[in-house]
This record gives sequence, C-alpha cells and structure tokens, in this order.
Amino acid sequence: MKLAISSHDGKFDTPISDRFGRCRQFVFVETETGNWQAKLNPASVTRGGAGAQVVQFLADNGVEATISGRYGPTALTALEAAGIQAYIATSGTPASLSEKFLANELAQVNTAKD
Amino acid sequence: MLIAIASGKGGTGKTAVATALACALARTGLSVACLDCDVEAPNAHIFIQPDLVHRKPVEMLIPHVDANLCTGCGECAKVCQFHAVVVLGGKTLVFPELCHGCGSCTLVCPEGAIKEVPRVMGILEGGLSPDGINFGRGVLNVGEPMAVPVIAQLKKWRDLMDAEMVILDSPPGASCPVVESIRGANFVLMVTEPTPFGLHDLRQAYDLTRELDITAGVIINRDGIGNSDVEGYCREVGLPVLLRIPLEREIGEGLAQGKTLLEIHPEYEVTFRNLYTQIAEKIAQSAVIDGVQ
Repeated sequence: MKLAISSHDGKFDTPISDRFGRCRQFVFVETETGNWQAKLNPASVTRGGAGAQVVQFLADNGVEATISGRYGPTALTALEAAGIQAYIATSGTPASLSEKFLANELAQVNTAKD
Repeated sequence: MLIAIASGKGGTGKTAVATALACALARTGLSVACLDCDVEAPNAHIFIQPDLVHRKPVEMLIPHVDANLCTGCGECAKVCQFHAVVVLGGKTLVFPELCHGCGSCTLVCPEGAIKEVPRVMGILEGGLSPDGINFGRGVLNVGEPMAVPVIAQLKKWRDLMDAEMVILDSPPGASCPVVESIRGANFVLMVTEPTPFGLHDLRQAYDLTRELDITAGVIINRDGIGNSDVEGYCREVGLPVLLRIPLEREIGEGLAQGKTLLEIHPEYEVTFRNLYTQIAEKIAQSAVIDGVQ
C-alpha cells in the first residue's frame, strides 16, 4: 500500500508536518517494501483551494492512505471521493509512523464528516 | 461623476463622509446615488434611511457535471486555476465556494458533460431615501469568501449608476474588493486619521489609486489626535488634504446614534458642498495635465 505522510523537509527520520493541505512536502512510503521518496507538495504555495489540489496530487500518485495532523473540510470531501483513507498523527517521523500504521495503531478520520 | 470614498484602514469614517457628501449634494438638486460597496458589512443605510424596496439576487454561474456523460478525463480539473474542479477516482467533483465562475471547464469539456448553473452568493437591495438619494447596497451571504462579484453586480445597476453624482462607499483595505469598488471612479477620497495606523494604511490605499491612475485627495478625520506624519506624507507625495474633521465628542455621540454629519452639524452642508467644489477642480486639473501629456 502507498502511504503519503505530510512533511516539512522530505526526510524519513525527522518530525512530520501536522498540516495536510499546505505542508511543504510529502513522504511517500511503499509499506510492502519500505521504500520511500519525497515530493514537493504543489498545493503548499497555492492561493486558494489547497485541500482539493493536494488530494488530486495524492490521487495522481496512486496514494491509498495518508497520515497528517489536521485535515480541512475541502480536503476531507475530496479524500472521501478519492477513496483515500486519512489517519491522524501530530508527532513522530515518517519512519515511526509507517510502523505504527502497519501495527494498526493510528486513528482513522471519518472522511464523511469530521 | 463617480466619487469613491476609500481609506485603507477600517473605522476611519468612510461611511460618515460618504453619507454626508451624498446628503449635501442631494440638497443642491442634483440626482444623487449612494452605493454601499462594503458588502461584507454594509451599514451606510443606517445613516441614509432608504426604503429598500428593490431586491435582486447576485448569482454566479458554476459548473454542474452530468455524471452520465463525464468520462473522468480531467481536462476540466487541468484548466481550473482555483482547484474548484478535481477529478478523483474517475469522478468529477466541484467545490462551489472555490469557483470564480470563469466558465473554462465548461468550454474545454470534450463530452459536453458540464453545464453552468446559477449559485446565489448575495443580494442587491435598493431604494430611495427621504432626501431623495437613490441608495443601493450589496450584501454578501455569510460564509461566502468572494466579495468581488457582488460589488461588480452592484456597480452594474443602471438606475443607480445613471445618477448625475454617484457616491460610492468602498470597503476598507487595499485588495480585490477595493480595486473592484474604486475602478472607474473619477476621484478617490481617502479618509484617514492622523495616527501611525492611519498613515500605514493610507500609503497602501494611495499606491492603489496610483496603480489605477485615479486622482485622489485626503480627509483627515479625528483631527487633533496622533501626530503630523500623515500631513507630512501628503505634502511629500503631493496629495491634497481637502478637509479636516476634528475629534469631537458631539460628532462621536451623534454618529453612534445613527445621525449623519449634517444632522449633527448643519453647517457641514456648506463644508461638504465646498468639498465637492474642490474635488471637481482637482478632477478638472488632472484632465488638463493628462491633455498636456
């Protein structure tokens, strides 16, 4: 499964960003292999509509689940439409959070209504 | 003639000045319209007391996707600059509050699956005041992020804009709603207060009038407080100070009761008529200078 974790600097072992729509980068993790790569979030510098744009970006990258601190209402609507599961974490690193994800220790957001 | 009252800073007295100017001019026998463009918090009607009998909704056309025709190709999402249309899981999703109503998605859809449907964002209200002022205002619906379409519609209201004198009360600030409000004005009257806050925002408002190439002048309200930096700035950039309204308890109390400046101080009728004469001269001078260039 492909995970997207919101990040400031795009590194695997530094603290994550708790903002979903406007985080600087995303760390993409393949949970089967543990391979990861970072990509700049095109919505981080957008004037408006970051929530919709970021979900389009993740969907285009084949993401199936995301981990971040906060999700806005537009993002939640779009995540639901895209069928991407949203998990909550306000601290940790992509490394520690992908482990927690695999151990089923993260809380999932109900995307239908926050 | 279209005179816009702007300020930069909020709470400097734009509405008090706009309504006093409208009342003073209406008493000279000119046909006068007063437009409240502060659509997020319109309150000029409290001074003008119009009978708001005319109402029309402000609508914007937004896309509606026919799911049966949509193939999920994503052309609409690609063309949208505001991410109001996204294609997720083969489904096209519209976020109405992000849409600016440009119609591009409808044009590019190869399947003809998008048609435009109206969405109500606010309302225009208008009517005559006891002084004979033709008053109009825009009211943006609560929670709507975009004021500009409501202001643009208000300024297209022919009954109002056909008046000999149109006095337009702008919102504070120096961004899109102000640009939309003062665009096309013959003169921008900037109401400020002689404080660091007033000066800071006056600079922004003045820069905007220069950008739009509109002749401007200043009214210093609450004169006597703060310092002389506003005056220094006006001298430096060649902005005429056309009027000073002193900080006075009587004025503050009167405005708080919903009285116009003319009701508080009847002699201000002459003051504001003279103000208009000065404005007309400034407009004429700038026309001459434009002609020379």
